Order: sequence, then C-alpha cells, then structure tokens
Amino acid sequence: MKQTFTVTIGGAAGQGVATPGDIFAKIFARRGLHLNTYNAYQSIIRGGHTFLTIRVGVEKVTNMGDRIDLLIPLNQDTMDRHLCLLGSGAAVIYNSDTIKPEKAADGVQICPLPVSQLADISRNKVAQNTLAIGAGLNMLGIGFQALEEALIEQFRKKGDDVVAENVGVARAGYQYATEHFRPFHTSLPMTENRYAVIGGNMALAMGGAAAGVKFYCAYPMSPSTGVLHWMAAHARKAGIMVRQVEDEIGVINMAIGAAHTGVRAMCATSGGGFALMSEGIGMSAMIETPVVVINCQRAGPSTGVPTKTEQGDLWQMLGAAFGDYPRLIAAPTDILDCFRIIPEMFNLADRFQCPGLVLADLLLSEGRDSVDPKDLDFNVPIERGELITSPDGARDAYKRYLITESGISPRAIPGLPGYTHTAATDEHDEDGVLISDEFTNPIKRRAMMEKRMRKCIGIEAAVPPPRLEGPPNADVTLIGWGSTKGVIEEAVEILNDQGISANCLPIRWLVPLNGAAIVEALRSSRHTIIVENNYTGQFARYLRSETSYVPNGHIRKYDGEPFMPHHIVEAVREQLAGKTNLSVPMHEIMV
Amino acid sequence: MATTIVEAVPVTMASLKGKVDPDWCPGCGDFGVLSAFQKALVELQIQPHQVVTISGIGCSSNTPGYLNTYGMHTLHGRALAVATGVKMANHHLQVVVTGGDGDGFGIGGNHFMHTMRRNVDLLYIVMDNQIYGLTTGQTSPTSRVGMKTKSMPFGNIEEPVNPMALALAVGATFVARGYSGDQKHLTELFKQGMLHKGFAFVDVFSPCVTYNHDNTYQWFRPRVKRLEDDPGYDASDWSAAMEKAQMWGDEIPIGKFFQRTDLPSLDSSEPILADDVPLAHRDPRIAPDLGRQFVKELM
Repeated sequence: MKQTFTVTIGGAAGQGVATPGDIFAKIFARRGLHLNTYNAYQSIIRGGHTFLTIRVGVEKVTNMGDRIDLLIPLNQDTMDRHLCLLGSGAAVIYNSDTIKPEKAADGVQICPLPVSQLADISRNKVAQNTLAIGAGLNMLGIGFQALEEALIEQFRKKGDDVVAENVGVARAGYQYATEHFRPFHTSLPMTENRYAVIGGNMALAMGGAAAGVKFYCAYPMSPSTGVLHWMAAHARKAGIMVRQVEDEIGVINMAIGAAHTGVRAMCATSGGGFALMSEGIGMSAMIETPVVVINCQRAGPSTGVPTKTEQGDLWQMLGAAFGDYPRLIAAPTDILDCFRIIPEMFNLADRFQCPGLVLADLLLSEGRDSVDPKDLDFNVPIERGELITSPDGARDAYKRYLITESGISPRAIPGLPGYTHTAATDEHDEDGVLISDEFTNPIKRRAMMEKRMRKCIGIEAAVPPPRLEGPPNADVTLIGWGSTKGVIEEAVEILNDQGISANCLPIRWLVPLNGAAIVEALRSSRHTIIVENNYTGQFARYLRSETSYVPNGHIRKYDGEPFMPHHIVEAVREQLAGKTNLSVPMHEIMV
Repeated sequence: MATTIVEAVPVTMASLKGKVDPDWCPGCGDFGVLSAFQKALVELQIQPHQVVTISGIGCSSNTPGYLNTYGMHTLHGRALAVATGVKMANHHLQVVVTGGDGDGFGIGGNHFMHTMRRNVDLLYIVMDNQIYGLTTGQTSPTSRVGMKTKSMPFGNIEEPVNPMALALAVGATFVARGYSGDQKHLTELFKQGMLHKGFAFVDVFSPCVTYNHDNTYQWFRPRVKRLEDDPGYDASDWSAAMEKAQMWGDEIPIGKFFQRTDLPSLDSSEPILADDVPLAHRDPRIAPDLGRQFVKELM
C-alpha cells in the first residue's frame, strides 16, 4: 500500500489557513513529492471552519486519504472537532496559550507551542501558524533551508523586515520542536522529480489557453470562479479577451457570438449558472456554432451548498436545452485531466460544430495536485474542423447548412466576401432560410434534423471507449465517473491488499457513452458497483437508460464531502457480504 | 466601422436583398425600417459581407433573413449579448442588431442596460410597435396604460418603460428615435448610428397594423416632430435630451436626442485589441515560452 503522510490545518476563515497550506505544498513539491490538497470550507469570508488537508507521498497521490498524521488546529474549535480523528503515531501541534486539547487516543503526540514566549504576538498575528509550520517540518526531518526559501518567496513583496520576522519565528518553532517533540517515524524522502502544484480551475483555464481560446467570459459563481481568475490574470500575456458578463444567459450568448465569428470561446459556471445557459446551448447546436462550457458542480439543488462537492448535475447536462441535438459531454477524471480535456473537447466541438460540455466538480476545481511540468504541454493539436476563414474558393450559392453524409457542413466566418448567410435558431433550410414561418415543410425539417443528428455517429466513433483497470476476472468491479477515479483506484488497491480482488471502470466520456463497449467490458465482471457523489445514482440511471445494464450495487454520497478510500472499501465489503446493495458512507470529519 | 478594402462592386438596394421577401403583414411598419436600413448601407456603401445583422425573436427579428448581409437569428432577448461577442471577436465588422420592444425592453432588458453601459460599438434598431405581434397581440413593455390586449383585456395597468430616458440614464452615447413613416429621416439616423463609434440606439415607431389599434400611422403622423427642425436643439446636451425624452402626447419628438463622442467604445478600450488585429484573425496558439512560463508559476 502507498506510503503517504497527511497534514491538516484548520481554523476560522480569515485565520490564515491558506498560507501555511501553500508553504507546505511548495516545500513538498520541491522535494519531489507528490501531493493532493483538499480544502473543506463554507460560504463565509470570516469565521466558520476551514479545514485543509495536504496528503503527500512518493507515488502519485489522488485523494485526501483516510488518515491524519499531523493536525495543526489554529483555534479551539478545530482541536475539538478533529483531535478524535488522530490515531497512534499522529501528532497535534497547537498554540498552548489559547487552545487546550481534550483526551487524545493512545500514541498521539501532543505538541503544545508556548506561542507568546516564542514570538512577539503583538507584532505577528499569525505567529502560531508560522511556528507550527517550523515545528512540523522539523518533526518530518526536513531541513530548515527549504522553509526559509519558501518564506522568503511568500513575503518578499512585503519587504525585508517582514521576511526576517517570519523566518525568525519559523526558526524558533523549528528549534523548539528539536528540543521538545519527537520526530515522526515516517520521514519523507526526497526525489529527483520536481512537480508543479496546480488546481483544477487553473488547469481548466490553462487547458483553454493551450486550446487557443481567444474569448473567455463568465459570471462569478463558486466553485468555477477560479477559472475566471486565472484567465483574467493571464489574459494580456496570452492574448485572451476576458469579459465579466451581467449573467450566465449573457455569458453563453456572448461566447456563442464570439465563436460564430471564428474564435474559440469558452465559459465556466456551476449548476445554477448552467441552468441559465440551457437555452443558449440549444442555440449552439441549432446554428451549429461550437462552444465549450464548463460546469463545476457543487451540491444542489438551487443555491445548495456552494462550497461543497457533488456529482448531481449529470441529468441537467443530459437534459440541457430542449429538443434533440448532438452534443459532447466529458467529465475529467483528475486535475491534470482538467488541463487535457479542454483542447480535446475543442477539437471535437469544432469538428462536429456542436456544444462541448465539461462536467467538473468542486473536488477537482478547488483541489490541487502535483503534476509533472512536462505533462502541462501547451503544444497540443488544434484542429478547427471544416472552418472557412478565407474568401478564396467562394461560390455563388454557399450553403451554410449543406446536407452532407457526415452531417457536418463547412462553416464560413462572418466578414468573408462570397459567403454571406444567416445562421438561424429557427429551423432552416440548407441555405439558412427559415422554414419555421410561412415555409414550414416536413420533408425539409426531417432532412435537417437527420443532418444534425448524423453527427452523433461521428461523435461516437471519435472517442475511445472506457477500459477496465486492474486484474481481469476480479471479484468486484467498481464503476465511477469523473472526479472519483483516483479514490476508487486507491480503494481497489486496498481491497486487493486485503485479499478481495477488485478492478475498476473509470468513465470519462458521458456523451458519447459508448454503452455497448461498457456492457462488453463488464461482461465478465462478477459483482459490479457504481460509485457516485449523488443521491439518486444519476450515472447508474443513465447507464441503464442507454444500455439496460443494472449493476449489483451502489455506493453513493451526497453530504457535500468527497469519498475517502475507506468509505468505498467498507461499503464494498458489506455489499460482498450480502448486507446491502446500497451503501451511503458517513463522513466522519465534521467540516 | 468596417475597414476592409472597399470592393469595386457597388452596393445597391438590389444587392442587399435577402433570399426571401418579408412575411410581415401588409402595411407593417417594419417594411419601412428594413428599407431605411438598406438605404443607409447603400448611401454609406458598406459591403454586405462586412455587416453582421443580428436579431432576437419576434416579427422584427426576422430582418436578418431579408437582407444579404451576414446574419444571425438568435434567441429571444439575447441578440445584444451575441452581438457583443461578434464585435469582440472581430471589431472590424459593422454590427447591427434588430429587434422589437418585447425582445429588447422585456426579456432582453438586462442585456440592453449592460450593452449600453459597455458602449459596445454597434447600431441597435428597435422596431417599437408597443405590442407583442408574433404571439398575436399581448401587452408589451412600451404599451400605454389602458391599452386593451389579449393579455390585458380590461386595459393595461402598468406604466410603460420610456426607452429614450432609460438609454440616457444608463449612459448610452447615441440615443435617437425614428418613425417608420419618415424614411428619409430614419435613413439619416441609421447612417449616423453606424458611423457613431460606440453604442447607437435608434428606437423606431413601427406601427403594428394588425394588433395595435391605438398607435397607428394616423395617430403618429400629426404628433411626431423632428428635433432636427429645431435649430436651437443641441444634441450634445444630456439634460435637454432627458427633457425631450419626457415629452409624450400631442407632440412626440423624433430625431437624434443625444450623442457624445468622448467615451471610448468597448473594443477601443480593450487592451487585448490594442494592435487592432481582430481576435478571429489571430493564430490561436500561444507561444511555447509563454506556456512554460505559466507552468513555472506553479513550481
């Protein structure tokens, strides 16, 4: 099983949980360690309870794991909520001036820091945070220099005095730990690798930049706003126009206007904003103008839980807009995949001239992973499909919606002599003339419907079917989609270690689903369980509607928090024991 | 403004004709609006391929199909948002939005306000017939109090919106009102609107002969008075424009209420367009060095 180490930092919003998190992440990534971070928080600017988990390991880390090794509570509330989660070998570092521990489990090392003796707390409001980082790194056997470098970078902009102050405080914490606390048994080795630490929203935005997006627009909505922030911050360098629009209806329509004129246009939102975009997505399909829309799901319905994760929007995506039309829907399976999916989606959306929908979620959007910088390759293929961008070859009777075998009609961008045409949301003929008013004609309507829908055949063939991972002929097969891939893979690993042979089928493409290939892949599975972060089993219902396939069981979670590996492992064990076919694991961490 | 090299082919009323003839009711005010718009393009000699005519939904919104320009027939109320995207992707195109009062002031009201505020360089023609026509006669945001319609059979009890005052209040940089029955004047307003570098709003009285029996040609003809006929009227005076905007009844002003040219349009204040190359004509790929720099920020 993977050797990992998990640091958690908790406190009220505004107490400075993020900065120590960034510092830890930077130091670990620079030592060649993989990491995954997850921040549990609420829709509040000051107060509440924020709980950041940073899990580190030599091998790829994909999720928050099951165990806390080091707890740094910045207030009493965090101590009270989480000390009970620590097991033997774990430690808690805290400000003993203000925080008191309750009874901890045997073998938990209690590490009080007398903060007012170690730092001038009248000058340094976050001294307890910096002291705790110093002490923690000491206990992990990491040299002080790494922390010093990170602090210099962190505070450089605030001047030398601030840097010196923070380095001094950190050193005091570091030295205090040498004298008073025991080191951890698992010290983290260094490797030669150097990783970038990237969040899902950043990855989606960077994927857009790599794909050649020249127009990005959005209305702020958690948890998708990070895409807007990255785009806005990098827009000038990357030559991307970024617009903040009055609402998501304006967003989708503006994006389609830009896309129609020839640029790659993208927008991101969450479920509520996506609902407002629905009619526009139908327009994209009807006028055959490709646009890429990202939905970073949060817990719904309605305003729901804006800071919590869920996979509850699948049917909204499937049902977006009215009428039948071709579309693409993909759910990236990890943070790196958020980067990769965007250029892929644009190439397909451009080729098939239809909306491309990306279904991410808060877990991906706001989580962070270490990735090999080589994997963030901006030199990706950009394939624009049958796009006419030059007036050469113009014919007298250009037909924008020419009926073709593939259903794809060459698309001329506005501004070219010889290609004037109207793109209409009303049903239209090959030349763009409306057939909805006085000219309705069932034969033409049927021909246009069939032309558009023929694109689905090409779409199905353009995407590789999902593949089983792990030993064939396993006792149990776990099926998941999107962001749950990493935690399911880890659960599979644990099950195999425990003597239960398991494999998994991660789903990345939802439309096209390649249902026949899924059924074929599951043919030899003995016991299948669908794992998803929602109440009704949205993917299970979708798979059944497309293929009639019914799995043996379900593991679902809809409390706003992501799966931890043991949730899945324990649920599989109870289902294999025949106790139930629907498990809803309880989230033990109160955040 | 369109800046592509002007072709030798002259622009004529015939060359601007669309693939189909309008299916508006005989006598509809929209015929006059279409014709005045075509005349404006002819007089300015703007090539059809340099124009994108974008509409929402409604009687007036069928206009793009009756023209030989690039056209987009979009969603009800959304034409201005689509048009903003078009203009941002290629600011060299002449963008014209056509729609009705329901489309622009009802379902599209939010976009109307924000497109004005952004000063997007386009001409917005509203064919204001004070009724919902294509849905067969319901009260619109500009229907007068007391007007009886299928949706308010006992008379409208809601105050209508004042499009002129609204546009002025939001900060539109070109605000005008025309009358479908006065072709020459309307053509002039459209020409000025297209030449204006910024958001140009022309609200046009375009009588609905089928469903609006209150605001007819006969009703408008004696009432409309051209501001241009008043030598003392100064269209750069916002307060004077706001005062004129309040006038309704026996005398209703038409003409250019207000224009200011000191505010930059959205495309000219957008730093990404500083080099004047339309986004649509750029190589989409970003430089490899830049990509590496973005990744380095994460290390």
